[in-house]
Amino acid sequence: MTLEIKNLHVSIEGKEILKGINLTISRGEIHALMGPNGSGKSSLAMTLMGHPNYKIESGEILFEGKNILQMKPHERAKLGLFLAFQYPYAVPGVSVFNFLRTAYTSLKFGGKPDTKKEEFINILEFSKLLSEKMKMLQMDDTFARRYLNEGFSGGEKKKAEILQMAVLKPKVAVIDEADSGADIDSLKIIANGMNKIFEEGNSGILLITHYNRILQHIRPHYVHILVDGQIVKTGDASLADEIEAKGYGEFGELNGK
Amino acid sequence: MGSKEKVLSDAAQKQKLLLEKDYSKYGFKDPEQYVYRTPKGLSAEIVEEISKIKGEPKWMTEFRLKAFEHFKSRPMPVWGADISKINFDDFTYYIKPTEKKAKTWEEVPETIRKTFDRLGIPEAERKFLAGSGAMYESETVYHSIQDKLTKQGVIFTDMDSGLREHEDVVRKFFSTVVPFTDNKFAALNSAVWSGGSFLYVPEGVKIELPLQAYFRINAARMGQFERTLIIAEKNSSVHYLESCTAPVYSTDSLHAAVVEIIAMPGSRIQYTTIQNWSSDVFNLVTKRAFAYDNSTVFWIDCNIGSKVTMKYPSVFLLGEGAKGEILSVAFASRGQHIDSGAKAVHLAPNTKSIITSKSISKDGGRTTYRGLVKVRRGATGVKSNVRCDALILDEQSASDTIPYMEIDEKDVTIQHEATVGKISEEQLFYLMSRGLKENEAMSMIVRGFIEEFTKHLPLDYAVEMNRLIEIEMEGSVG
Repeated sequence: MTLEIKNLHVSIEGKEILKGINLTISRGEIHALMGPNGSGKSSLAMTLMGHPNYKIESGEILFEGKNILQMKPHERAKLGLFLAFQYPYAVPGVSVFNFLRTAYTSLKFGGKPDTKKEEFINILEFSKLLSEKMKMLQMDDTFARRYLNEGFSGGEKKKAEILQMAVLKPKVAVIDEADSGADIDSLKIIANGMNKIFEEGNSGILLITHYNRILQHIRPHYVHILVDGQIVKTGDASLADEIEAKGYGEFGELNGK
Repeated sequence: MGSKEKVLSDAAQKQKLLLEKDYSKYGFKDPEQYVYRTPKGLSAEIVEEISKIKGEPKWMTEFRLKAFEHFKSRPMPVWGADISKINFDDFTYYIKPTEKKAKTWEEVPETIRKTFDRLGIPEAERKFLAGSGAMYESETVYHSIQDKLTKQGVIFTDMDSGLREHEDVVRKFFSTVVPFTDNKFAALNSAVWSGGSFLYVPEGVKIELPLQAYFRINAARMGQFERTLIIAEKNSSVHYLESCTAPVYSTDSLHAAVVEIIAMPGSRIQYTTIQNWSSDVFNLVTKRAFAYDNSTVFWIDCNIGSKVTMKYPSVFLLGEGAKGEILSVAFASRGQHIDSGAKAVHLAPNTKSIITSKSISKDGGRTTYRGLVKVRRGATGVKSNVRCDALILDEQSASDTIPYMEIDEKDVTIQHEATVGKISEEQLFYLMSRGLKENEAMSMIVRGFIEEFTKHLPLDYAVEMNRLIEIEMEGSVG
């Protein structure tokens, strides 16, 4: 029980968008969260990571038993929580290498390493790690020198998010729409990468997706259907196939619509 | 004490600590023990006295006196930053710190040497410079250049020695780029100038490593008026770098420099400034270059410090195919107004200018971009590109963009683009989700914003620059 969400109610600008979510994710588990547009999937992702615009009305989020509701995003990251963004932001002038090295150092050492020597070792160690993970995601070496998300194609953005996950090795990763904007080749690479990260790191994964396209490549242990801010059904991987065949229509009815 | 007052006083205390911490590396001061100093204030007698101490030729003394007359008659500029509080009678115009200029650091008097040690200058020289000079108060205390460059005919010395040892060259070019009638502070500099660099690069000589000058004001209520003249002969190239710092006083100091650059056909000059004066210095500088056929002049001008800066590095594109590039960075915090920019004056066909301005304002700081692109009739095929990006970090801070265009020729391509941005909550959230604290995330965004500038610096300076940004950002988030 690494991440526990208990009866979570969340509003944004006075409008309730999550209406009592209960969800528990342990390391070594892959959960898929599916639902129609506007059902609250991304809001849950943002809330978990601590976006300041999402107001917690009631409920709890526990990480390894610790309530994280009052924690800032960077504190949650330090505990081992990660969010792969659906729309990652560009940071002009900051290279992928420098950005990730800062993040890596920050998570590993809790800030800057103490001595120059330590920093030097850290750079070498980090360069090796980054190049290994880039190879895994079939990324060109020059990618590390590009400015973060600036002018990236849809597929490149998604790969960059997964690259960050691979380097930062979170205990629980929330992946918001890993497949949107990525072509079929990128999708396969991303999915294979995620599978490897999952196996190596024994992470817990919450895979948020509208379609089950990515679920052809990553088989979840659990599938949850989110409709109008509530999880209306939980099942195994076959539930995703059912959605593929029938759509979300009937779950809307389940929710009283 | 009420709780509200307590909170305020805590905040003020914290801010004070931060301010002290910000500048701790540069803010120390030495005891004021000097060989000679002129009395406070300025008169024709003092101007003559300065010239006499230096043993200058008559033409220079006369030049100084004419400039002084012009300075007196010229009104204070009323545009730009507020400099009405400057009291010219309050400053000391000439301070001679030592008897002689040293060629090795060992010869530099101990107090002054320690100062430059603390600022890391001898270390930088050993590591990545082809030559360096150090100015302290009104005089250059140290100057050195690699032997191989001397053998190639390169002259890199202080301006006073330049005048003594190469009077013919100096007389030919001095004040030809910036006449003393240019503005009140150019006139003041012309009257009381002392120190600065004289750099002459002979035809075809390409200097790989940068040459550096470091300017240090130590005394309170001091005026520093260095004068720099750079001549790059045909097809030569050079990178000149200058830095400046001063201790923090509660009284004002004045820095009014004049820099003249002459780029002969086919030459390339890069002039990089990292200005980090303490927050009580009025920094009013005239920098101008003449660029002849197919030459390139590249000004990189970064202003982090000072109370007020007014500085607009200019390139007069005099020969066909000449190129001028000006990249200016301004970072204004509490109590600072940095009014800076660039001028490109196209006087010949097929000349090109690129002006990039990056400004950051925070904690009530104010930046102004003020720029001019001028194209004379007949200067066909001119291309000019102006881009101004401003980043405003909080509600108290401000930024203005004042671009002037005077285009008297039709056959030209002129582009202008200006952006004003804030750091978005989303960008911060994204970086914080990767483990960065809010101020770390902000400083990363700011560093990225000026990366175009830092990438042109030698590595050690780029690292130092990023550190300065980090320090500046530390105080920005509660």
